[in-house]
Amino acid sequence: MTLRNTLLFAFVAALIVIEGMTASWNTALGILNMGLISAILALGVNMQWGYAGLFNVGIMGFVALGGLAPVLIATPPVTEVWTAGGAFRLLFALLVGVGVIALAIVLNRRLAGRTRIAALIVTLIGGFFLFRALLDPAVEVVEAFRPATHSNLGGLGLPVLLAWPVGGLLAAGAAWLVGKTALGLRSDYLAIATLGIAEIILAVMKNEDWLARGVKNVISIPRPVPYEVDLQASAAFTDWAAGFGADPVTASTIVVKLLYAGLFAAILLLLIWASELALKSPWGRMMRAIRDNETAAEAMGKDVTRRHLQIFILGSAICGLAGAMIVTLDSQLTPGTYNPLRFTFLIWVMVIVGGSGNNWGAVLGGFLIWYLWIKVEPWGHALMGFITAGMSDGPLKTHLLDSAAHMRLMTLGAVMLLVLRFSPRGLIPER
Amino acid sequence: MDFLNAIVALLNFVVIPATAYGAQLALGALGVTLIYGILRFSNFAHGDTMALGTGFVILFTWWFQSMGLHFGPLPTALIALPFGIVVTILFVLGTDRAVYRFYRQQKAAPVILVIVSMGVMFIMNGLTRFVIGVEEIRFDDGARFVINAGAFKAATGLAEGLAFKSTQALTILTAVVVVAALFLFLNRTRTGKSMRAFSDNEDLALLSGINPEKVVAVTWMISAGLAVIAGTLYGLDKSFKAFNYFQLLLPIFASAIVGGLGNPLGAIAGGFLIAFSEVGFTYAWKKVATYVLPESLAPEGLAQLLSTDYKFAVSFAILIVVLLFKPTGLFRGKSV
Repeated sequence: MTLRNTLLFAFVAALIVIEGMTASWNTALGILNMGLISAILALGVNMQWGYAGLFNVGIMGFVALGGLAPVLIATPPVTEVWTAGGAFRLLFALLVGVGVIALAIVLNRRLAGRTRIAALIVTLIGGFFLFRALLDPAVEVVEAFRPATHSNLGGLGLPVLLAWPVGGLLAAGAAWLVGKTALGLRSDYLAIATLGIAEIILAVMKNEDWLARGVKNVISIPRPVPYEVDLQASAAFTDWAAGFGADPVTASTIVVKLLYAGLFAAILLLLIWASELALKSPWGRMMRAIRDNETAAEAMGKDVTRRHLQIFILGSAICGLAGAMIVTLDSQLTPGTYNPLRFTFLIWVMVIVGGSGNNWGAVLGGFLIWYLWIKVEPWGHALMGFITAGMSDGPLKTHLLDSAAHMRLMTLGAVMLLVLRFSPRGLIPER
Repeated sequence: MDFLNAIVALLNFVVIPATAYGAQLALGALGVTLIYGILRFSNFAHGDTMALGTGFVILFTWWFQSMGLHFGPLPTALIALPFGIVVTILFVLGTDRAVYRFYRQQKAAPVILVIVSMGVMFIMNGLTRFVIGVEEIRFDDGARFVINAGAFKAATGLAEGLAFKSTQALTILTAVVVVAALFLFLNRTRTGKSMRAFSDNEDLALLSGINPEKVVAVTWMISAGLAVIAGTLYGLDKSFKAFNYFQLLLPIFASAIVGGLGNPLGAIAGGFLIAFSEVGFTYAWKKVATYVLPESLAPEGLAQLLSTDYKFAVSFAILIVVLLFKPTGLFRGKSV
């Protein structure tokens, strides 16, 4: 850490502290918590882009998939649907689906020529109909159970912290699938394939009600920290808060946010430590060598596609982990709110502005851009209010005031283009 | 009679909508493929260029409508289209000048240009929302149908109606005219030939005195024009919603890659392949099957392979299959 970097971090910390002193500590801690998660996301994307030069446009998909984990792991099980005709049949159908694809892969390897094509077509079409025939009745059974509150498989009822690594594993699985297909071809293809998988993951999460209730959302996912109402009810806490002269309601919300911040910060520090170690190891040097000159690295005997696959999976797993953390923080999964501008392109702005290839840079970018994302909207409203102050009331004024909310897309797009043009190495450049 | 009914149902629910959608995708994919061929990167801002251009067209349409200007049975948007195209072309040329030219001169790696196009997309997206909002807008006017379902039933005495919306007819007709004009331009004119030469071999083209900046400018103009036409036709046919245009990016890229990136003919074939697959997989075949099959074989369910929400999965699956087995595309595009 040079003096300049320390100052940059101090500057961002000051921004958050000023927010706390001028507005409220609750919003400031809210920015800090999402800033911590954003920093983790930026670390993951920085691995893919900064270390290896892989362009992932499907971050949203991996984040959303990771968000599925808290529902599947931590929510209480819905024992009523676990019958032979319901959930068990559904799992069996999914296994059959996987089996069909595995068979197709084996056939594709073993056979050749016309027989291969014919066998593949028969297997895939037959398998698809078999899969649907098994799945559809089971889905009906599961979704018919208490549609207003359940209609899904439920979870395992395990501690929610366990869901975080599981979220990473889910995302890693999806990344393996995409990477296996699109890596090794030209760089744009990975971008387009990730764009596609993100849309599909989201479509599945919105429409398969048996999985996580689709757009009906899952609420009250268990939390790793105590609830505010419980704190307010406990005499020990209210006495403790009164010791500071604080209002117990405010104190309880702040304490809960601080506990989350502690958890997130611990994970962020662990990840930074691990990625700094990895980047400085022979493995990190090999990655950067591959990024800078693939042909030369290949001539030195490095398996470029394999290494790319490895880092693509690692980076995506971190995005999945962050996705599980977001859902835990909100205690709800709302697939309708995942939006590529917020969950894919904003992360890219973080990595590029912060400094691609440098872990500290990505972390700084995560905090700074998240702060801007939150603050540009009120600033835009204020600016528009100022511009339109002299105008008479009318449709134009209303339109301008209404569209101020979209200012942040333009602002962040412009920030990204300016950094790419004039300071392509970012705020904290790669050493 | 049943057989005729089946054909009419098939035309009504599959062939006509898929042809119109395919024409819209093909026009979009042509733009992507031309940019790829000449500038050598995948333009992620293409979907938002479509949205922004359509936004301009809608503004002009409203203006003309407020002046009482109408185009008879045709939608007013058709008069507004050239104006929208001009504004979009100016905007895109400005973007090239301000953003892309620098990286071209630096000879930056294609992936950098892709990221830059993502930044442009961000700005265009914000601008579209700023100018026209995020609401769903319908801006078609004029005659609604070329063939009306009720009138068709009365005239033929068939149980199935055939509806042919005027926007669908317009889409198909415009696409044919535009594509014919584009191919005439690419094959017959001097500028078009120099574009193809530049796409085939940049160094050789430069040696023979082709001005690269001119080629690039013409490419942007054509691509922007195609994007606005495709976007307006899509908006007339369905409705305008900025976010839908961003989502069109996936089927458009899939079309361009399936046909072979950089190959205009492939983009058209790809567009129709993707459109017909999407509609075919998500259409409930029960109606057609009941007409054609004997009663004992008629399906009980909807006979729908996938819910319509998964139409993107169809383009994606086709894309993956092509990438796995024939990464250069069906019509042999430029590179792997």
